[in-house]
Amino acid sequence: MTAPLKDITPAERARSTSFYEASARTRLELLLDAGSFVELIGPEQREVSPHLKIFDLPEQFDDGIVVGHGRLSGSPVFVAAQEGRFMGGAFGEVHGAKLTGLLRAACQIGSIPVLILFDTGGVRLQEANAGELAIAEIMRAVMEARTAGVKVIGLIGGRSGCYGGGGLIAGCCSALAVSEQGRIAVSGPEVIETNRGVEEFDSRDRALVWRTMGGKHRRLLGVADVFADDNVQDFREAALELLGLAGPFGLDRLKAEQERLAGRLSRFGACADAVDVWTAEGVADAQAVPELPADQFVALANQIGRTSRDAR
Amino acid sequence: MEDISFRHPARARASGTKRSAIVGVVASGNLEVLVERVLPDAECAVDIKTAAIGFGEVWSAVIGDFVERYSPGGLRFSINDGGARPDTVSLRLAQAVRLI
Repeated sequence: MTAPLKDITPAERARSTSFYEASARTRLELLLDAGSFVELIGPEQREVSPHLKIFDLPEQFDDGIVVGHGRLSGSPVFVAAQEGRFMGGAFGEVHGAKLTGLLRAACQIGSIPVLILFDTGGVRLQEANAGELAIAEIMRAVMEARTAGVKVIGLIGGRSGCYGGGGLIAGCCSALAVSEQGRIAVSGPEVIETNRGVEEFDSRDRALVWRTMGGKHRRLLGVADVFADDNVQDFREAALELLGLAGPFGLDRLKAEQERLAGRLSRFGACADAVDVWTAEGVADAQAVPELPADQFVALANQIGRTSRDAR
Repeated sequence: MEDISFRHPARARASGTKRSAIVGVVASGNLEVLVERVLPDAECAVDIKTAAIGFGEVWSAVIGDFVERYSPGGLRFSINDGGARPDTVSLRLAQAVRLI
């Protein structure tokens, strides 16, 4: 027999729960202070996609995203969590509108940060234009919220990664935390292979996918600010750390970010593989990076530094 | 898609105090069950939207067995099904009753 659940503290449960494997609802329950989550536009309101029935596809009552508010270490936060198992966590019209509305509410209030738990392949292509518009609205809402002084933190560690429009939105956030499994990119492996050929990118070469789009590379490149181990407690601690790190937003910051990206391109633009980038970064044994356990990798990443916290 | 509905008399009111609960995800071989305490104590309703057409008799057997075992009086179950197997459906229904 296993020990009864009541003997386990919430932190222990969060520590032993894989972020990658957990559902959107479980992630929120364990990420926030116990019992503090309040859902907005919950499943009982049945705000389902108006498009899926045209394609004879099943709907989900929350359209694949859970939004609401709760507390993180006592302080209020807005939260949104995508369910990567429902249609790849893709953005449809309702799904996107829920996140846009949450960001606009945060913008009006001005002082409560937003945590977005990305888990998405991008736009839900059955909802084509509505999904694309949703991405544009969300990006605008993120930038408006940040301009109003709201910190928007992205947490990425789900099975669908953070691709397509999700990758664009992540690029607009104040700061990101990522686990090794939480890939970040715009075009996914299959998309690149389909459009540019297998010589350009072999989507079945999993090692290539992980070291090109996976969390370790994104952390070393400075795309993500913090590397989290694959459990909900580590993401909770990462969110708290990022809320402390993210600074004010304005034109100066955008210019600094532009400079950082230009510098990155000039330093690594000629690299053909992530291993070349890590070597150029000064990692002694770049080949060994994919195999490093999380704690050793965090130590290495902190040594390399390079996350421009004055940018973004 | 196929819509299937069942109405059953229930022996007793389902225990618990929550107004609603949700379990599961709409994915291949999986389903979500939204349960709401909105009916009179002696009634139970199950409304299903499923991607797998032509399995009405299997649903009837699974739901009949579930109502007999759990007596979920007062509860309305709304199901979005992505082609789950009968044992998965039984599991989710049981989880929904426990959650609420």
